[in-house]
Amino acid sequence: MAAKAIFKKPQSLSDKEFTYCPGCHHGIVHRLVAEVIDELGIQGKTLMVAPVGCSVFAYTFFDVDGTVAAHGRAPAVATGMKRAMPDKVVFTYQGDGDLAAIGTAEIIHAANRGEKITTIFINNAIYGMTGGQMAPTTLLGMKTTTSPYGREVDREGYPIHVSEVLKELSGVAYLERVAVSSPAEVRKAKQAIKKAFMTQIKGLGFSLVEVLSTCPTNWGLSPIEAINWLNENMKKEYPLGVFVDKVGELK
Amino acid sequence: MAEKVMVKGNEAMGEAAVRAGCRLYFGYPITPQSELTEYMSRRLPEVEGTFLQSESEVAAVNMIYGAASTGTRVMTSTSSPGFSLMQEGISYIAGAELPSVFINVVRGGPGLGDIQPAQSDYFQGTKGGGHGDYHLIVLAPSSVQEAVDLVQLAFDLADKYRNPVLVLADGMLGQMMEPVEFPEFRDLNTLPDHSSWAMQGCEGREPHKITSFDIDPINLEKMNLGYQKKYREIEANEVRYETEMIEDAEYLLVGYGTMARILGTVVKMARNEGIKVGLFRPITLWPFPYKELESAAEGKKALLTVEMSMGQMVEDVRLAINGKMHVDFYGRTGGVVPTPEEVLRELKKIVERSE
Ligand SMILES: Cc1ncc(C[n+]2csc(CCOP(=O)(O)OP(=O)(O)O)c2C)c(N)n1
Ligand code: SF4
Repeated sequence: MAAKAIFKKPQSLSDKEFTYCPGCHHGIVHRLVAEVIDELGIQGKTLMVAPVGCSVFAYTFFDVDGTVAAHGRAPAVATGMKRAMPDKVVFTYQGDGDLAAIGTAEIIHAANRGEKITTIFINNAIYGMTGGQMAPTTLLGMKTTTSPYGREVDREGYPIHVSEVLKELSGVAYLERVAVSSPAEVRKAKQAIKKAFMTQIKGLGFSLVEVLSTCPTNWGLSPIEAINWLNENMKKEYPLGVFVDKVGELK
Repeated sequence: MAEKVMVKGNEAMGEAAVRAGCRLYFGYPITPQSELTEYMSRRLPEVEGTFLQSESEVAAVNMIYGAASTGTRVMTSTSSPGFSLMQEGISYIAGAELPSVFINVVRGGPGLGDIQPAQSDYFQGTKGGGHGDYHLIVLAPSSVQEAVDLVQLAFDLADKYRNPVLVLADGMLGQMMEPVEFPEFRDLNTLPDHSSWAMQGCEGREPHKITSFDIDPINLEKMNLGYQKKYREIEANEVRYETEMIEDAEYLLVGYGTMARILGTVVKMARNEGIKVGLFRPITLWPFPYKELESAAEGKKALLTVEMSMGQMVEDVRLAINGKMHVDFYGRTGGVVPTPEEVLRELKKIVERSE
């Protein structure tokens, strides 16, 4: 009797092994993006821009045309691509150092222009790749290798709320903050990612999904502890929810 | 054949790009090249192209990276401080081997400097500018007509070698009006086909990956050796230069761009006074015409390099001459353009010394 496959790798993911640590949410989000690409049938016309950060190899993890941008510049690279090939689907995948520190100008202006691209934004409150330095999203009191005494307002200022900033920009057509800490959240996150891509396909404007994400390695926690820490701390600072939705119900 | 029209250098370079089939421009205003940015904002919509004013030169160069990744002809223009901001992106573009055209209408530096013409970005243009072992092809026009011709060439070389090409102009050339004959419009269907590597969607084929990145040093070295192989090919095939009255010359002037034009006047003035002098003008600053300059200098009594800088190209001139003779240098900087008279005075000092 032939076995029936009930769960398999999305077609839009390549055979490359992920480079992520155990318990890291980057991998979950990759899978969700790939499932959405498959379901929308856009693998053949999707162009992806990876960042510099732990997901620097993401352009090889997806089985679509891909490149890796300079640190923080993915929205500008994606803008160039989309302007050159308006009928393609272009998305960036960026960490919080990449997007919210060095790349602040590029994300703000791409969003404000209503650039018809989609950004998947991984907020893990830390610089993963370079070994756990402070990110602009690092929580107050949180210790990192460059805020060894804990982040303090007087010294490092407040955690930046990217979605709350971007929601004020008229070019933004879809914006949601999600988490992937439970099966229910994973399902919701996937819907959000799907809506973000639909926003682009419909030509409505800029779309972004912020994903609260774990970095067990640099948080110094086990995968389970990391999820608990995210639920207890990150969600307070960064409440989940839809900030902008010009797409409406998905059919 | 097309008739001549009076055009400002900056606008002429924009029109040349459009005629070369460029339909995409990303850039940020900066004097003394803003007319080029403005020209493209008017002109590109007329030919169903796309103009986008970026939020910075950092964004502009990365937009170029994105557009060039799709194999589409694309350009930007800027002036010195803006070109400095682009260096990281240009290094990525060189590493990812993306065809693209940059125009730097150089102004006085360093820092904010001023907005007067200068040649003090020679090192930045020809020796790398950004990080890593890479080269731009660097073309230096000395008239508005030549700027038009070299912009066209820039696109073709960029496509041929999958390499960024820099047109190194200066504020004088950008602001000057001269009669120009434009080439015909390039038929867009005849532009090179980059579908074998470009990011255009993986429908019906394996996905294409574009990168300057490889975590494994052995692989990254391989990539680098690939660039170097290409650079050797460019050096063998693309050296361009011009000479004036060098056959019977006892003295040789060396200069490029606007400076070379002024040196042309110096040659005439000096010859009127009986000084046998000729001019060697590199057109490609990279690849630099080392061998050609070496043979042009053979048998000359002395050689004077003149630049609108404190001496940058002169280092390449000295490499070409390789210690065989003394290489004199004269330059003004900070946006001051040497006059023919003051260069002639310098030349006469050398003549006196050498007789
Ligand atoms: C211009 C530049 N500056 C600094 C770096 C070093 N760098 C690489 S990744 C990174 C931070 C990445 O953090 P984040 O975006 O939060 O992604 P994560 O690794 O956490 O997924 C930094 C600072 C770089 N590659 N380029
Ligand atoms: S360092 Fe952190 S963000 Fe990077 S892969 Fe590991 S867990 Fe994920």
